[in-house]
Amino acid sequence: MNFLLQPLTLVTFFPLLGVLALVFINGEQKNTIRWTALGTALVTFVISLWAFFFSGQFNPANGDLQLVAKYDWIMVAGWNIRYYIAADGLSVMLILLTTFLTPIAILSTWKAVEDRVKDFMMFFLMLEVGMLGVFVAQDLFLFYIFWEFTLVPMYFLIGIWGGPNRLYAAVKFFLYTMAGSILMLLAILWLGVNQGTFSVPDLVAKGGIPVDIQFWLFWAFTAAFAIKVPMWPLHSWLPDAHVEAPTAGSVILAGVLLKMGTYGFLRFNLPLFPEAAVAAAPTIATLAVIGILYGAAVSYSQKDVKKLVAYSSVSHLGFVMLGMFALNSQGIQGAILQMINHGLSTGALFLLVGMIYEQTHTREIKVYGGLWKITPVFGTLMLIVALSSMGLPGLNGFVGEFTILLGAFGSVAYGSYWYAMLSAIGVILAAIYILYMFQKMFLGPAGEITHHHEIKDLNLREIITLLPLLVFIFWIGLYPAPFFNLMAPAVEKLLIPFQAVLMAAH
Amino acid sequence: MFFSETSTSGLFFNLVPWIVFAPVVGLLINLIIGSKLGEKGVGAIASLASGSAFVVAILQIISLNAHPEGAVVKVAEWIHIGNLAIDWTFRIDTLSVTMMMVVSGVGTLIHIYAIGYMHEDVRFKHDEGRYRRFFIFLNLFIAAMMILVSGNSYMMLFVGWEGVGLASFLLIGFWYDMDTLGRPSFANSNAAKKAFITNRVGDFGFLLAAMMMFWKFGSTDFDLVFAKVVEVAAHEPWVILWITIFLLVGVAGKSAQIPLYVWLPDAMAGPTPVSALIHAATMVTAGVYLVTRSAPIYTLSHDAQYIVATVGAVTALFAATIAAGQYDIKKVLAYSTISQLGFMVAAVGMGAFVAGMFHLITHAFFKALLFLSAGSVILGMERGHHHLPHGDHHEIFDPGDMRNMGGMRKTMPVTFWLYMIGTLALAGIFPFAGFWSKDEILLDAAKVFPHVYYLLAIAAFFTAFYMGRQIWMVFFGEARHAAAAHAEESPAVMTVPLMVLAALSILGGALNLPYIHTLTNWLEHTVKVVEHEGEVAAWLETSLGGLNPWVALISTIAALLAIFISWLLYGRTPLKAGQIDPLKKMFGPIYYGMENKWFIDEAYWFVFVDRYVDLARYLAQTIDWDFWHEWFHNNIIAAGFRGFTRFLAQLVDLGIVDVIISRWPVAVAQWLSEKLRALQNGFVRSYALSVLVGVVAILGYLLLNMK
Repeated sequence: MNFLLQPLTLVTFFPLLGVLALVFINGEQKNTIRWTALGTALVTFVISLWAFFFSGQFNPANGDLQLVAKYDWIMVAGWNIRYYIAADGLSVMLILLTTFLTPIAILSTWKAVEDRVKDFMMFFLMLEVGMLGVFVAQDLFLFYIFWEFTLVPMYFLIGIWGGPNRLYAAVKFFLYTMAGSILMLLAILWLGVNQGTFSVPDLVAKGGIPVDIQFWLFWAFTAAFAIKVPMWPLHSWLPDAHVEAPTAGSVILAGVLLKMGTYGFLRFNLPLFPEAAVAAAPTIATLAVIGILYGAAVSYSQKDVKKLVAYSSVSHLGFVMLGMFALNSQGIQGAILQMINHGLSTGALFLLVGMIYEQTHTREIKVYGGLWKITPVFGTLMLIVALSSMGLPGLNGFVGEFTILLGAFGSVAYGSYWYAMLSAIGVILAAIYILYMFQKMFLGPAGEITHHHEIKDLNLREIITLLPLLVFIFWIGLYPAPFFNLMAPAVEKLLIPFQAVLMAAH
Repeated sequence: MFFSETSTSGLFFNLVPWIVFAPVVGLLINLIIGSKLGEKGVGAIASLASGSAFVVAILQIISLNAHPEGAVVKVAEWIHIGNLAIDWTFRIDTLSVTMMMVVSGVGTLIHIYAIGYMHEDVRFKHDEGRYRRFFIFLNLFIAAMMILVSGNSYMMLFVGWEGVGLASFLLIGFWYDMDTLGRPSFANSNAAKKAFITNRVGDFGFLLAAMMMFWKFGSTDFDLVFAKVVEVAAHEPWVILWITIFLLVGVAGKSAQIPLYVWLPDAMAGPTPVSALIHAATMVTAGVYLVTRSAPIYTLSHDAQYIVATVGAVTALFAATIAAGQYDIKKVLAYSTISQLGFMVAAVGMGAFVAGMFHLITHAFFKALLFLSAGSVILGMERGHHHLPHGDHHEIFDPGDMRNMGGMRKTMPVTFWLYMIGTLALAGIFPFAGFWSKDEILLDAAKVFPHVYYLLAIAAFFTAFYMGRQIWMVFFGEARHAAAAHAEESPAVMTVPLMVLAALSILGGALNLPYIHTLTNWLEHTVKVVEHEGEVAAWLETSLGGLNPWVALISTIAALLAIFISWLLYGRTPLKAGQIDPLKKMFGPIYYGMENKWFIDEAYWFVFVDRYVDLARYLAQTIDWDFWHEWFHNNIIAAGFRGFTRFLAQLVDLGIVDVIISRWPVAVAQWLSEKLRALQNGFVRSYALSVLVGVVAILGYLLLNMK
């Protein structure tokens, strides 16, 4: 029982209780199912808040792993695989983002999902377990299990409740991610076998992986994470998955699943292979810069608004990668904050796009026009979220983007201003595609759909769905100190080994 | 919490955050309950909010008189990472308070004016619901502008910098569903978008400057940056040059200088109070403020000063030539604004910070006056048009086209006199405000950069000319359209604020008269004035308390001559309806260029916009979709795996494995492929299969090597 009551274990597996409860509910009682799922997700969120802020067991001023639960699991034939979960400043906000976005995503399905509601909610809650597991796991084997596990519910969410081309998208999503994971599995096995443990903190403490082997392991992990992020040019599964996924799926996909990739870099690539990370930094940064500019340009040319938002993720996550491999406090803290920001802003964008799609069943940008006049609340909220996404100071996106650029600008690992200067062009390009979208849909005279369709403004449920996101959009934009404070000690700890490595490299 | 963390015991310094909070409160009230307040209530709340900010600014002056060294008021932390520390900190010194006074003072007058203006505007455009939205945006602008002028660091300044850009976007696109003539169109929203994106180009420069500051000076706080500039300039002079050039990119965006000025003329799509407040009096002067604020950096680099001054001077002349060829009453003023901003940028660029600020202030008075009077003229035309017999209502009527006007001094006498005062001030006629400030700039230019002086002097000539042209075309002669003949004067709520501005346009020169130099002494606490060293021509040595009679005489004669020429062309024989512009007859192709803004917009469109659209389309369609998503995926990844599986299945599997360990892998594979076939057609099946085979192969290899 003690095992189950450990805060992080409780947070991670609590949604399974909801799944269990759903098993016993008649599939026809759709509202009961929805409320059960929402209730489960909300309680999970409350437990996660309690675990980090009120249990007294987590101290953000301490950069170490906390809320530790560690048990031997598979200890045969020299395999030391443990059930080892914990959290620190690197993961705490991602865990909270997951528990925060899940109820919001569930709330957004209230009217959108009418088909097999029970199955949907069960998959959704299982997905939450998988994602939380990824963020808490400190044992590579356990991590890998959670990592692969998230594919299954997401595969079904896209494949059953998705758009017309859902099967293609679901299979592609599954296989692309799998393909990368295999290389990571190889690296994990190598580490576990050769270093005698799968526990990440132990591996980090032990260190001593020869630099040439680090190199291979680094890129093996990178294969998995880079596809997930996705880094340019491995993004071609993303538009399919996003466009076909149901709204709630897109929200979680963009909000959390992509962050599993960036988190993976942060948790494994950097501390496990510091020399390789320093050596790879300019390469990663180059790909990131290309992703920023390329994603922004390609977004601008989309005719489907959901695709536009999907491609914008390529650009935004390019910023995250750029910040992370700057290997300084500004860059990494900015990168972590930008992971959260992207979850909030892009999550909100997908929600908003879904809300209009529910009414009109089209996502073609040019058939809209003049929406702001007809739906003032919807238009205003869209404007705020769009501005957040394009990094307007005072809103969340700017704080992340600026600190990332600042970090990249002065990065010793990059050793050049060019990465930051070129990426800063992305700030202009972001304005171009975001304003294009906003103008063509919300400004101008009424378009085809707006003219012939009676479009209703947001209802109370939809506003409630968006409101929490907006609170954080302003909060992080105006007063990000609590968020930075949460991660700062862990980031400083992460950076310690790099000082020596960077000194040696330059 | 807001009043505890202050660093001085100044009288009212602690109140300074309210210059931002007051308009924010105003906008929140109007946002939440504005719909119940009615037009009067909404306008009153917004004006009160802006007025409160003005009162707070006055209180700051009182405090500064007691403590001229100023104060810094920290409200909260913003971004703290490692040694990066950016705070929400307000800075009170004579420079920031001067800007606060201009912004909130002119701003409040324009709020009041807008109560009357928007009342009519929303009715002419048949959308009364939008009245409230206008004042929310206007308050938002005041709040952002106050952040801009009162921030204690480059980054807080930048928050306001982009914030005013947002407000500008919202207000230019206020009538976002139509064009300037009220027809359904994307035109106005295009103008808004253009402004935002062009400004983002400027912001890009600003950001680079700020980042370089942080890594070279360790901070973006003004004091900390300036404390280190001399040291950095000694070791790495290139840093200073690049920072000033990056900042200049920002200035060119916000203050509409070459090459980024193109958004400002289009910004006239916004309602006229917006043009007056944002696109003439306040926001566009932010660049001038920025250079003045950065005086310690700019004065360290002669190259930087030379570049900035030249950009300003060239802009001043270039825009003035375009202004002389425009027909739209607001477009003339827009290009005039660009030109006048060029004067200010040239001034602060060459180190004449006080002269630049002086002109910023007087220009805020007379250009706001001109724009608002133009708004009064336009509404007068609308009223006249409205009263016409019904048959005329469906024609496309442009109330802002000067070719439709004429003789309006009779129908709108109050507006006429107000416009006259603004014109004389802008043309730099003694003793109006513009005379004093422009003269200071010209004198400094003559001393420091003679080429700047010549450019500006010619620009001043053009200024007087195009304003004369406007006066004759609008107010003299006979009405060229029935609307002008039936035009009606505007109500007091609009004309009274104009009278205040008119008074300021007459008396504004008193701020910095020769011998007295009030403004110089006031700003001296903040901006250290560096006297120009080096030889100057003998005729420039003469000084009447700082005023050079020769420079003043030359510019006065030039202005009078220009007005006389404009009278010869447009006053002596007034334009008839349908008649082409006399300048066009005289200068043909040159005038064609002026009329068409030297085709800069078209050139930009061709060089940048079209190319980017093409590039984006090429990347999205050809590269990303056709090549990468379709062809590469199908023909390389999928087909490659298919070939690999065929190789495994036929050679390895049938030939080797099958012999060794029966046929089970194939059975599994077949079973799986059957399953997958149900899911998907074509390549995915074999793709999945091949991944599986790959996994098996890799795991097998690992297990064999594990021992």
